[in-house]
Amino acid sequence: MKNYDTLLKDLTPRKFGKRGTIWTVFLLLIIIAGLIAYIDQVIKGQVVTNMRDYALWGIYISNFVFFVATSFVGSVTVAILRLTNNSWRTPLVRIAEIITLAAIVMAGVTIMIDMGRPDRLLNLFIHARLQSPITWDVIIVPTSIALSFLLLYFPLLPDLAILKKHFKKTKPTLSKWYGKLALNWEGSKAQKAIQEKSIKIIAIMIIPVGIMLQTIDAWLFSTTYRIGWDSTNMGAYFISGAFLAGVGALITVVYIIRKVRRLENYITDYHFDKMGKFLGLAALTYLYFNINEYLLPIFTAPVEEDIHLNALVSGEYAGLFWFSQIVGLLLPLLIVLFNKGRKPGPMFIAGIMVVIGSWWKRYIIVTPTLLHPFLPIEGVPESWHHYFPSLHEWLITAATLAMALLMITLFVRYLPVIPIQRTADERALLKTDKNSES
Amino acid sequence: MEDNNKNSRRKFLDKGLKLGLVTAIGGLGLSKIATKLNAKNDEHSGEKMELMTTDGKIVQVDSSEVMEVTHSEDYDTKYNVREGFPNRKFVMVIDLAKCKNALKCVSVCNKHHYVTGENAWIKVHKMQESKDTAPYWMPRTCMHCDKPACVTVCPVDATFKRRDGLVLIDNERCIGCRFCMAACPYSIRVFNWSEPGQEITLNMDHDTSMEKPMHASPDYAGLPSVKGTVDKCDFCPHAIKDNILPHCVTACPNGVFYFGDKYEDTVTNGEETLRLKKLLKDKAGYRLLEELGTAPSVYYLPPVDRLVDFEDGMENYTEFQSVEKPGEKTE
Repeated sequence: MKNYDTLLKDLTPRKFGKRGTIWTVFLLLIIIAGLIAYIDQVIKGQVVTNMRDYALWGIYISNFVFFVATSFVGSVTVAILRLTNNSWRTPLVRIAEIITLAAIVMAGVTIMIDMGRPDRLLNLFIHARLQSPITWDVIIVPTSIALSFLLLYFPLLPDLAILKKHFKKTKPTLSKWYGKLALNWEGSKAQKAIQEKSIKIIAIMIIPVGIMLQTIDAWLFSTTYRIGWDSTNMGAYFISGAFLAGVGALITVVYIIRKVRRLENYITDYHFDKMGKFLGLAALTYLYFNINEYLLPIFTAPVEEDIHLNALVSGEYAGLFWFSQIVGLLLPLLIVLFNKGRKPGPMFIAGIMVVIGSWWKRYIIVTPTLLHPFLPIEGVPESWHHYFPSLHEWLITAATLAMALLMITLFVRYLPVIPIQRTADERALLKTDKNSES
Repeated sequence: MEDNNKNSRRKFLDKGLKLGLVTAIGGLGLSKIATKLNAKNDEHSGEKMELMTTDGKIVQVDSSEVMEVTHSEDYDTKYNVREGFPNRKFVMVIDLAKCKNALKCVSVCNKHHYVTGENAWIKVHKMQESKDTAPYWMPRTCMHCDKPACVTVCPVDATFKRRDGLVLIDNERCIGCRFCMAACPYSIRVFNWSEPGQEITLNMDHDTSMEKPMHASPDYAGLPSVKGTVDKCDFCPHAIKDNILPHCVTACPNGVFYFGDKYEDTVTNGEETLRLKKLLKDKAGYRLLEELGTAPSVYYLPPVDRLVDFEDGMENYTEFQSVEKPGEKTE
């Protein structure tokens, strides 16, 4: 058994190594490129994108949906593990909550990028109309950001106090910051009681909020008459998709952090096995809804819907459609069904496939529908009949993804990714008896 | 302890309610007194005045009762951009049997609304229900639905529905989220992806019939167009205001478009004026995508007994263009 000092040594934040620095600079460069592209978009208008009157939403929106979906992992998935007292969650929750916060913040940013008049952002509050799903989004996204932040922050308090003590001599300024953020945490019984209660309340609150967030996101589409969107299946479909995307992102990030920070002793094969089963559950659920969404209409689809489905299954979008179905859903499911598949290596591959597949899946949900309107597309240039993102859109989207990754990187740099206090407590529990409080 | 608490809260509520009641009564009393004071004299003077009521009757009133009031603003008769013309309900009837794809409606609309983008507000679609049925031309304006999907989803009330049936856009408020465009099942909305660049068109053929073309109001379809906002067919309220028919109606050489008022039950294409109900009944009028429940204000008459062969319109058919750019004249 390890003693407390090695625990501290392993888990306290460390300076970037060479790889870390290169990675951060790389992310910063992408972000700068994206910022330049965005400024250009503001000046020239969204003519710099490849969106036009028919393909009126593009990857900004699908990327937004992707971020919202990814944010599901920390909110609902982990909150449920917390409430059900699944002890295997310990080394994973913080990473999940970091992913959630980064994703939901970037979702808020991304949706603003899509606005034709970002200068009129305040109109959303001044002239808000409650029946518009966008107003629901304006309410739910900040709520989610606040709750995700608190769910990350409150469990951090004991660790921040530990870090304050740890860095007292080596890095006084950093220690001071940790001290300020620790809110005078001493670990007294009263403090612990308050903290535990708060975490519990937030963990309970974040479940309905997370479900609402996903559902409202789905309703942005299903409140229109569009073929492929106008479906009562959408809310549940989006929630199950978010479940999958979130767990996929969690596995990917956990694997990388474990590798970079050499946390093999803390995040073991056992944890990957558990996450693998979780991913399997998510994939099966999503598969069920995909069958509902794409297979069932074969029997009763009206002509327009038939055209839409044909374009997906065997037409213009067949490549992306099958990519997102096979790589993003079926193959990962197949991998995690086997014991050997739930080892860290294969799981990482499955996670990456899920993440990339999920991103394109959102593209497949947004774009083809817009290009299959009820009335024929006529009287507009040939290029308006199709959509593929422009360089500006790619740069800006890449920048939003880089910002999310940078946020995760910085959190990992400055915060203990595995709860120190809790791990110490749990290890002590293993050694001694089970009479003390967790 | 708890009981006590409850009691004191009850007391507080009780007091609050009473205080509120007293204030309300006091306010009422004060306003009564104020009106009394406003009248010049409380006593009857005995002098009578003859006045005419709004419906033309002569009545006698004690002169002390007569007092000056500020002229009442009659909101029912006054025009307000967001409210619309009172007691009107504008409708359009499009007779598909007459359309020969002359495209005059499109070009006149583009001209008068200074459409500078690639996507015209009016389109003439080449329609064919199935391979076995005859093709026909279908002009398509904004449907000005009674249950407009676009208005429902707008988060800032930039697009709105007026009492006279018009659905318009306040492009000084629009945030450019394009949700309305996604919501519209008829895909009629167009977006200003870049600076509209209307100066060129405005300078080239400045139209004097439209007095204030640069008037920024939803009335002029939000002229001038604004970058990053949505535009669409507006049923020409600027023309209606001066009792002029919308431009597409007057420009059509085949009399395809009828415009009118549902309450008056009349529509006209400039040449003939018809009873709306009878016309719709006789010629089996229908509305586009009726099953969606958007309740459009535009009715279609089916393309029966066509005046000319469908092929005659094909010479004007341009699949990939609906707006002529300044400088390039194809006519």
